[in-house]
Formats: sequence, C-alpha cells, structure tokens
Amino acid sequence: MAEYVVETRNLSKHYNGVVAVDNLNLRVKAGEVFGLLGPNGSGKTTTILMLLGLTEPTKGEVRVLGFNPVRQPLSVKARVGYLPDQVGFYDQLTARENLIYIAKLNGIPRREAYRRIDEALTRIGLADVADRPVGTYSRGMKQRLGVAELLIKRPQMVILDEPTQGLDPAAAVEFLNIIRDLKAEGITVLLASHLLHQVQAVCDRVGLFRKGRMVVEGTVPELARQVLGGGYRVRVIARGETDTILRHLRGLSHVVEVQPKGDMTYELLAQRDVRPQAARAVVEAGGELLNLDLEEPNLDEIYARYFETEEVAHDRAGKAA
Amino acid sequence: MTVQARPHERRREGSPWTGMWAVLAKEMADNLTSVRMHILEILIALTAVGAVFGAIQTILETVEQDPFVYLRLFTVGREPLPAFIGFLGFLVPLVAIALAFDTVNGEFNRRTMSRVLAQPIYRDALLFGKFLAHLFTLALVLTAIWLLIFGLGIVRLGVRPGGEEVARALWFLLATIFYGGIWLTLAMLFSIVFREPATAALASIAVWLFYIAFWGMLADVLAQIIAPIRFGFPEEFIRQLEWQLFLSRLSPNTLYSEIALALLNPATRALGLVLPIQLSGAILGTPLPLRQSLLLIWPQMTGLIAVTILLFALGYVLFQRQEIRA
Repeated sequence: MAEYVVETRNLSKHYNGVVAVDNLNLRVKAGEVFGLLGPNGSGKTTTILMLLGLTEPTKGEVRVLGFNPVRQPLSVKARVGYLPDQVGFYDQLTARENLIYIAKLNGIPRREAYRRIDEALTRIGLADVADRPVGTYSRGMKQRLGVAELLIKRPQMVILDEPTQGLDPAAAVEFLNIIRDLKAEGITVLLASHLLHQVQAVCDRVGLFRKGRMVVEGTVPELARQVLGGGYRVRVIARGETDTILRHLRGLSHVVEVQPKGDMTYELLAQRDVRPQAARAVVEAGGELLNLDLEEPNLDEIYARYFETEEVAHDRAGKAA
Repeated sequence: MTVQARPHERRREGSPWTGMWAVLAKEMADNLTSVRMHILEILIALTAVGAVFGAIQTILETVEQDPFVYLRLFTVGREPLPAFIGFLGFLVPLVAIALAFDTVNGEFNRRTMSRVLAQPIYRDALLFGKFLAHLFTLALVLTAIWLLIFGLGIVRLGVRPGGEEVARALWFLLATIFYGGIWLTLAMLFSIVFREPATAALASIAVWLFYIAFWGMLADVLAQIIAPIRFGFPEEFIRQLEWQLFLSRLSPNTLYSEIALALLNPATRALGLVLPIQLSGAILGTPLPLRQSLLLIWPQMTGLIAVTILLFALGYVLFQRQEIRA
C-alpha cells in the first residue's frame, strides 16, 4: 500500500446507464510519471475526478496517498494538485489575485502564501506579467499559471488532464520540461493525454484506456512487446535475391515479422535489437548490406495498432452478430 | 453513498465551512467591483433620490401634523413619480437576479469550477459563500440607500426622526433584504439548473414578471372559479375574498407589500378581511405600536424566509448531485 500513491480496485462509474469507467485497477507508484492514454471519452477524466473525490464511484475502491477520496476528500485535495483540461481563471482578476484566492482556499497563511506565489510565478516565468488581468493571457500562459497554482500547494502528487492541448509546439515542449522538473522534485505525476509523442517523452509507465477499461499497462517497450509482438523495428537495405534474403531474415530468432518494402528494403519487427544477426543473415543469403537502421519502439504505432486491431475485431464481431 | 465504507470512516472528514470565508470575500469583492453592480447602484440611487425628493415636496406642502413623517418618505409619491416602495418592489428583484443568475453556471462556463472544487473545500462552502456574498452585497446596497433617504430627509425636512420611526424603517429594511433573498435564491437555483447564464436570467425574470403582472389577475380568476357566487349570500362573497387573498399571498410581492404597508403605515390594523364587528372598540386611524405591527406581519416575514430557505435547500441538493464534468 505504501509503495503505491494511487490504488484502485474494480473502480467503476456509470452515468445514466453509460459505463464511463469499467472495473479499473490502477496502481501508480510514488515518484513516477504515469500516463493515462486514450481517445476522448475513454474514461480518463472520470477516473481523475474519482481519484479526487469530485465524483462518486458507482462501485469499487479508491485509495489516494492512503486516503479514501469519498470520505476524506479534503485530505486528498490538500495533497494533490489538479490541473483540469482547458483550465479557466477569473479573467478580470490578475494572475496574482487568482493565486491568492486558491491559497486562501487551501488555508495557507497570508505571508507564506505571498512568498510561495512569488516563488511559483518566478519559476514558471510569469513574474513580469503577474499583475495583468488573466483575460489578457495566451493559452500557454494560462496553462503555466495553472502549474503555478499547483506549486503553491506544495503537492505530493499532481494530476494533469490534457495539459498540452491547444498549445503551440514550443509551449508544449516547455510544458513537458515543467513536468520533468516536477518529477525531479519527487512529485508523482499522473498525466492524461491523447497526444502520444508527449506521453512517450515524459512518462515512465503508460496505461492505455479504451471504453472505460485500462486495456494494457506498462513501460513503452513493455507495451510494444504486448501489443506489437515486438518492440524493435529494424530496417534493412540490401541488394540481392529478394526471396533468399527474406527467407534468411525470417529464420532469425526473436524476429516476429518481416516485410519487404520496395526493391531492396526490408522491415523487421523483433523482440530485441537484432541488427548483428540481420547483417549476418543478409551476408549468408548472398546479399550486399547497404544500410541497417533501428527504430525505438514507438507509442504511436502501439496506439494505432492496438485500436486498429480492436476496431477490426469489433467490426467482425458486429458483422457476425 | 454507494461505496461501502468502514464504520470509522462513514462520516465525511472536516467541516463543510472550510474555505467559506475565502469564497465570500472573493465573491463580495467581485460583486462590488463589477460593472453590472455599478449600473444597478446608479439606477437605484437615482430612483431613490427622485422618489424621495418628490415625497419631500409633497410632505412640505401638507400642513397636517404627522408623527411618522420619515416613513412618508418611502410611501408618498408625487405625480408622475410613484412612491419609493413602488420602485423597491421591482428594483430589489432585479438587483437580486442580476447578482445571482450566473452564480454556478458562470463558474462552469469560465471552466473554473473543477479547479476551485479541486481545492480542499466542500461544495457547501462554495454555495454558502456565494449566497452570503450576494446577500451581503444586496444588504449593503439597500442599507446605503436607506441611509441616503434618511439623510436627505434630515437635510430637507429639518425634523429629528423619532425612535419609533427609525425602528419601523429598520424593520422595513430587514424585510426588504429578505424579499431580495427570495429572488437571490431563485436566480441561484436557476443558475444551477441551467447551464447557460442567459437562460437562467431569462427564467428568473419570467418568474418575476409572472408575479408582478399576472398573478394578481390569476388570483382573481381562480378565486372566482373555486368559490363562485351563486346566490349572492354575504358568506359567498367572504369566501371568494378569502380565497383571493390566500392565492395572492402565494406571491412574494404580495407578502412584501403587506409587510411594507403594516410597517410604514402604523395605522394599519389588519392585512386581511376585517368585518365591522371585529373593529368594535377600535379607534380608527390611530397608529399601532411597533410590537403590534410586527405581530401583524410575522406570518408574512416567516413566509418570505421560509421560501428562501426552501429554494436554497432545493438548489443545494441539486448542486451537490451535479456532475462537475466540464
């Protein structure tokens, strides 16, 4: 229990007969960055709201930092910072005033609050514009102000819901750095997103959500193994007899799949880095090796592959019925 | 509660009031600095000054002795202006609705609701804080107007207000605040029910118009249907009048105007139907002591407060059950 900051058991939520979250068993370790990945409407936000005690589970159990959010929401919310998707502020108030309100709601003493607010604003680079109304802020600035709000709480854990949505690429990269900084401070981060590259860039572990269920879970290479059958993609460019080379490559151990792409290019899907073996195989097949590339496992592909196969299976099931 | 909780954690931890003062202070500051409020303040101040100047002119022209001359400031009009209580009857609902129609849905639309509720407070604190902030704002505005009227009176009339007068006027101020409370909670309720502030405002104004313009007529018609006069017996007339009175009292406007009448016109002896027999021994036209007038309006006051509590409770329950998914 102590090891996990978030632990749910068969957590479910039904909205008017629709199952938003279905028997979720989620475990997040202290200090890690966990990514909730899935398309819109797959139950990520509902899960987050249940973790914070903002909505009641239909059934199942939740523990956050050892507290039960249904009965001890104040203890949970005092320790967990939440940045909702498309966060909004009071536009007529300045950034500082917005933060003061939040500090007051957290019961932080005035002097301490002012100190933390100055610190947080400086850290996220909004100190110069802190006394301008938030209405004049850009999307990215508001998002950073949202992080400042999390910081003044000194949270043990933060939950970020689609934090990079609507940000330009530079702002998004900057935001990912902020997440890395939070992790470096030992804060557990729960990041919900459907933007794969970003999840892959910062998350230690990922849970793939689909229709209220967490369908797979693990580090990105683990997911690759589970979903793609192999996490490594090796591209071989070789001149020579296509069929012979193909046969030799297919004969390698740990290779799941080989596909010829064009005249001299072959793509290998493997469970490990098979570059040396592939090079030998090409030579043994009498070919000339021109190039050898390794692609790291890519979440994009896992995601596409997973949901693609699911859709296909679903369609088939639908047709059969 | 669907989750089977262990006995020791069956109760929710902490106090529902945590954070309420922070909400109250913030909302109050918002109210007092908002353009919306400034417009309403100017409107009320202008009507107050206009109506009271009219009243002062009329009072100065009459030579009659009047022990309650300050109360006349509220009740006397001068053509073409109506008396100030006439204005209050519809300005107070307007201010209350304007303050409260976007209380809850405004937070949703600004996308601040989930952020605020993610702080260690209960929803109770948010709703109570907002309600009290609106009520205090309303009370502040009305008290300022009240003082303005008395000030104008002292300057222009040159008479010292008596204790009884001040006490009656204070009670009237209190009743006006409670009357505003009804419209405040109504607009808040609609702000919980409807996601669009415009819809909530329109719904509140519709209810207000219904009571101001139609309920009186409807009460008449309904009374005629429920207790028709078939043979022309006096009992039939009384029965119909009683029905009419009962129905019209279902409107907060009626309750408020009855309270105003009893408080500001001390000679008022009854607010309902009075038969000549019941008046035997009474010296008509003499003022009632304040205690007696208060007894007279007690049911009306209770009614106003009860409706406010009822509407608030309904809104509270709906708000607690509302999903905060944006």
